[in-house]
Amino acid sequence: MEFLYSLFSFLYQFGDAFAFLVLSACGLAVIFGMMGVINLAHGEFILCGAYVSTSVTHMGVPLPLAILAGSVAAGIAGMIVEVAVIRPLYKRPLDTIVATWGISMIVTQGTLIVLGTTMAGSGTPFGSFSIGNYSYSVYRVVLMIMALVTLAALWLMFTKTRFGILARATIQVPHVAEALGVNTNLVYSMTFGLGAALAGLAGGLYAPTMTLVPTMGSSFMVEAFVTVVVGGADIFLGTAPAAVVLGFIKATLTSWQGQLAGQIGMLIAVIIVIRILPRGISGKILKERA
Amino acid sequence: MSHPSRFTAFLKLVEGPQTLGKGPKFWSVFALVLLAACIYPQFADSYDVGNNVYFFNWLFMAMGLSLIWGYGGALSFGQTAFFGVAGYAYGVLTINLGDAYGLTLVSLLLAVGISALFAAILGYFLFYGRISGVFLGIVTLSVTLVLERFMAQTAGPQWAIGKARLNGFNGMGAMPSLTIPWPGGAIVLYPDVTLYYVTLALLVSVYLGLRILVNSRFGNVIVAIRENPLRAEMLGYDIRKYQLITFVIGSALAGLSGVLYTSWGNYITPASMGMTAASLPIVWVAVGGRSDLTTTLIGALAVLIVFQTLTIYGSQYALVVMGALLVITVLIAPRGIVIALSDLLPARKSKMKGEV
Repeated sequence: MEFLYSLFSFLYQFGDAFAFLVLSACGLAVIFGMMGVINLAHGEFILCGAYVSTSVTHMGVPLPLAILAGSVAAGIAGMIVEVAVIRPLYKRPLDTIVATWGISMIVTQGTLIVLGTTMAGSGTPFGSFSIGNYSYSVYRVVLMIMALVTLAALWLMFTKTRFGILARATIQVPHVAEALGVNTNLVYSMTFGLGAALAGLAGGLYAPTMTLVPTMGSSFMVEAFVTVVVGGADIFLGTAPAAVVLGFIKATLTSWQGQLAGQIGMLIAVIIVIRILPRGISGKILKERA
Repeated sequence: MSHPSRFTAFLKLVEGPQTLGKGPKFWSVFALVLLAACIYPQFADSYDVGNNVYFFNWLFMAMGLSLIWGYGGALSFGQTAFFGVAGYAYGVLTINLGDAYGLTLVSLLLAVGISALFAAILGYFLFYGRISGVFLGIVTLSVTLVLERFMAQTAGPQWAIGKARLNGFNGMGAMPSLTIPWPGGAIVLYPDVTLYYVTLALLVSVYLGLRILVNSRFGNVIVAIRENPLRAEMLGYDIRKYQLITFVIGSALAGLSGVLYTSWGNYITPASMGMTAASLPIVWVAVGGRSDLTTTLIGALAVLIVFQTLTIYGSQYALVVMGALLVITVLIAPRGIVIALSDLLPARKSKMKGEV
């Protein structure tokens, strides 16, 4: 029995790490996979989602709707950013990284100036349950389920909907898609908006568990970065398996040495993975398939 | 000018296709600026002079980033990692070794060496893994963010190396300043006129040294790799080796900045490796024009002074202005504002066309 308790404890930690990696990375991965753009303002879209959903909760709106509102707000912000800043830079993908970094600086400091150093949180809902000697947060389990739901929804969106098919056509051969009548600019705009909305979703989901400060976006960045680097450009063949592997490493090291060790361990793992799989897990899989 | 042949030979080394600014006109302006920088302390309060060394301290990191990013085309967003590693290394070494017998200078060399070694190890995995451009940026950025978090939690007596306490989030202080052993009393480089001249001399030599490097065969190869890595490789260059060496030199310069900063303020904190700290060098280098050492130097100094002035007078808006400056530069003047402005001058324009 004791063994089963500690097994459950480890699985819980693994699930928690997995959910955090998937949710914080998938917005970044969608934008990178589709557009080849690394969005350094990713953390600020997370911030946007977290702040909007928390303010809406304070107005008395139920949490699920508030999270949705945060996600939509981030998505709209993302589409505005795409039109204003990203679109003129399509020919220079490396410069988009620098430009989005500039946006990130403006938003972080702007939030600090306008809304102050911190915002009252909304508290983690649902309470806790206990198995063996440990007690666990119910909301964390909800987050794990949400990570899986998000992955499933993305898969359905990219394989079953018209938008998904047009989006995949646009990444594969943009000029042919355009010749066939696809409004590629709109597709890019929607994709960037989708990535931002996913970031906002992560922000909204994690807002009840965190302290809301203007720099909170950067606490998601390392996890999001490493997952995308290990995963490569494809969400399903890359991000998800990368989150499994990294989640395992993070959970093992975290339960052994603490949070920071988990993060350092992941980073070292990533640097070693780069040496072996420079194009990430999905690059490796797709190459062998081709 | 008593040795014209030696002078022209020197010019041949520091001038070339990879640097803007050549001929008697440029070097006369250069000499005038240098002269102005040399006589400036005679007309200013020595306290202000010492404070203004602060600006010089950062320029080494800016030039290193120009070398890696502007010349080599590799996006290294985590130069602050090497800044911080060298700064902490200098602190730990000098607190343990003391400041007698020129040991601070040994510490300086060791600290820069440690940051270069760190860069070499990291760079080996990145460049020999043939990581793509965007990933390089986010991995180096992750490294500096994780280092910041690591150093921020080193509070408490168990986090000490020898006599040096790391002090976590509050940062490490009370390390001795750089001290030059001198017959008749060691010269301690407090923020003062002496430190100003030493840093200025170091700055000019690094600037000229880098000009020689980028105009040498090595410099031409790294620019070729930036322009087209595949072609450079087909021509028989081991691009991984060239990129790694460039990365190590640039990072060692970031380390030098870290040591000079730590010695100048007798202070280093984890925040020097954080997100904000990491973004500022990008702004300095991008705004001036990263692909040339001179424009980088001018841009970095200008942006630093603007930032400092804003922080003093408008405090919290400084970072917003920096972010906006970065976005605008990338959108409107991707080669940097200095180059964009000089393109506007008609004489310059026709000359540039003539060259092309």
